[in-house]
Amino acid sequence: MEFLTDILLLSDSTLRIAAPLILAALAGLCAERAGIVDIGLEGKMLAAAFGAASAASITGSPWAGLVSGILVSVLLALLHGYVSISQRGNQIVSGMAINIMVAGLAPTLANAWFSRGGQTPLLPNEARFTEITLPFADLVADVPLLGAVYSDLLSGHSLLTYAAFAAVPLVAWMLYKTRFGLRLRAVGENPEAVDTAGISVTLLRYQAMIIAGVLCGVSGSALSTALGAGFIRDMSAGKGFLALAAMIFGKWKPVPTLLACLLFAFVDALQGRLQGVSLPLIGEIPVQFTIMLPYVLTVIILAGFVGKMEAPKASGIPYEKDR
Amino acid sequence: MSAPTKMPGAVEAVLMPFLNILVALLVSGFVVWSLGEDPFFALSLLIEGAFGYEEAIGYTFYYATNFIFTGLAVSVAFHAGHFNIGGEGQAMLGGLGLTLAVFWLGNTAPLLSVLIAILGAAVFGAGWALIPAWLQAYRGSHIVITTIMFNFIASALLAYLLVGPLQRPGGQMPESSDFPDGVGLMQFHEVLAAFGVNFEQSPLNVSFLIALLAALAVWFMLTRTRFGYEMRVAGKNVHAAAYAGVSVPRVTVIALMMSGALAGMMGLNELLGEQLRLIGNFTLGYGFVGIAVAFMGRNHPLGIVLAAILFGVLYQGGAELAFEMPNITRDLIVVIQGLVILFAGAMPHLLRRPVAGLFARLRVKGAA
Repeated sequence: MEFLTDILLLSDSTLRIAAPLILAALAGLCAERAGIVDIGLEGKMLAAAFGAASAASITGSPWAGLVSGILVSVLLALLHGYVSISQRGNQIVSGMAINIMVAGLAPTLANAWFSRGGQTPLLPNEARFTEITLPFADLVADVPLLGAVYSDLLSGHSLLTYAAFAAVPLVAWMLYKTRFGLRLRAVGENPEAVDTAGISVTLLRYQAMIIAGVLCGVSGSALSTALGAGFIRDMSAGKGFLALAAMIFGKWKPVPTLLACLLFAFVDALQGRLQGVSLPLIGEIPVQFTIMLPYVLTVIILAGFVGKMEAPKASGIPYEKDR
Repeated sequence: MSAPTKMPGAVEAVLMPFLNILVALLVSGFVVWSLGEDPFFALSLLIEGAFGYEEAIGYTFYYATNFIFTGLAVSVAFHAGHFNIGGEGQAMLGGLGLTLAVFWLGNTAPLLSVLIAILGAAVFGAGWALIPAWLQAYRGSHIVITTIMFNFIASALLAYLLVGPLQRPGGQMPESSDFPDGVGLMQFHEVLAAFGVNFEQSPLNVSFLIALLAALAVWFMLTRTRFGYEMRVAGKNVHAAAYAGVSVPRVTVIALMMSGALAGMMGLNELLGEQLRLIGNFTLGYGFVGIAVAFMGRNHPLGIVLAAILFGVLYQGGAELAFEMPNITRDLIVVIQGLVILFAGAMPHLLRRPVAGLFARLRVKGAA
């Protein structure tokens, strides 16, 4: 029974940790499917986390926070779009510039606005997306196994966590079942063909960046207003890069990307549970080593020992109309 | 992107990068203004803080030394067509190698200890770059993501060692014991005192000269050796390089290891020149500053030295600025870094059309 509780707890934190990863990975997916490499996910997440926490703190409403988080992230996505599409600049460098800029700007503004050493004030529960109890969760809690799974595992997450999981079929539908999605995928594989068909490569890519910005904005807002209760310095802690790795591992497809995110989240949840626990044979693993686990896993996955990974053909290459 | 008009070489090499940096600094000034401070007063405080007195000048060049190493590291990788953002982790491991060498050799022969320590820094830095380099060269793993991951892993590893096996016996801080007496690099005021010149005490040390020598060596390697040529060809066009018989994976691995070695040598300045012990996270983001320095210096060793000095000014002056102006923290320097990377690195052609247009008009006037 205790074992079952352990599994449930572990799965529960896996879902919670996975949410921002899934949203960021889908953002990266939309951008890369349209031919734009987005190393700046990390920065957009952090900026959205700060925007959401500040707005939620000032207005007291998590919804104002979410809107502001999305707005900030979309603006940065458009900046990256401007560099990548209109300026035909180096997309990797631009993404990194955004990451570094945000890493400095968020604590600078936080310090100027809230005078708390680069953080925002702790958000009260009214200003956060708190846990939602699904209907009948209390009623079925006593049903063996299924009841526990429903009431402990599936119920009791924040709205943004549910939104993250809902975003996967939504993005898949958009990519594979709509005309827009077909064009978006085409522009990442063969922009010349799209151009020849009389469709604007530039417009499509900007639209993809806006979608990526919205998804990343929700992801960052989830960090500071659902998982956490306020903005703290460097709170994205490499999650944007983990999301990129998950997207690559998921071969630029929504459902496999979801599974990859769940794997990363599981390892992260596991490392949290392993802290201070004495394991048979090994003994207690120092916390610094358990912290490394998600990062080491990323390197192993990227090493490509799990199959061939092929990026969209035109990803990272600026489109020149006058060739 | 093809230029509308050809411009004189000097304009390409000097004026354009200068204008890009000017835009970055203008935006930074706007940030200062929006924080409710006077950007011009901030600028004067910054310059006063960086050059106002001897100690300040010493600090300015002390910081610049770090940035020369990390800037060269980024640029060597960039010439080979790769974006090494793992300077931070490579510098940490370099510091570890240096520390292990110092404790291993002790102070029976201080000069030998120092030389081996320098070697240790370079070898450990290069070693930390090896795995991402190999994965990039032979498995196509994204170097940006792997090097970022190696930064996190290095930071955790150092944290473990400094509260575990390497921690000062009986100490509470994440730091090692002090280096044995006499094992360290001479500081500038000591060198100058030997010649009878008085200079206020500052952490500026011999590493600055080592950094300048490294810049010279990188210049020589890039422009005067066969390997440097192969590297630059591979960086410009992988297919052309492979067709010409260059082993691109081999060049990738060697270039990235050189890059790691340079980043690793940052520890000379911080640890062997000033701290005289290994401290956790001594790199303080200097590895990332290297990215901005490399782009600002247009990936030319001389440009990197100049850009590193400018960032030295920003760091030292910025510290004074943060002290004088309550709304400004040292995070502002990170913002400036990001803006420089954005304008000088990602959008080098932003002002190209207007400037080229201006030159074209001037030329027409001159001809008429």
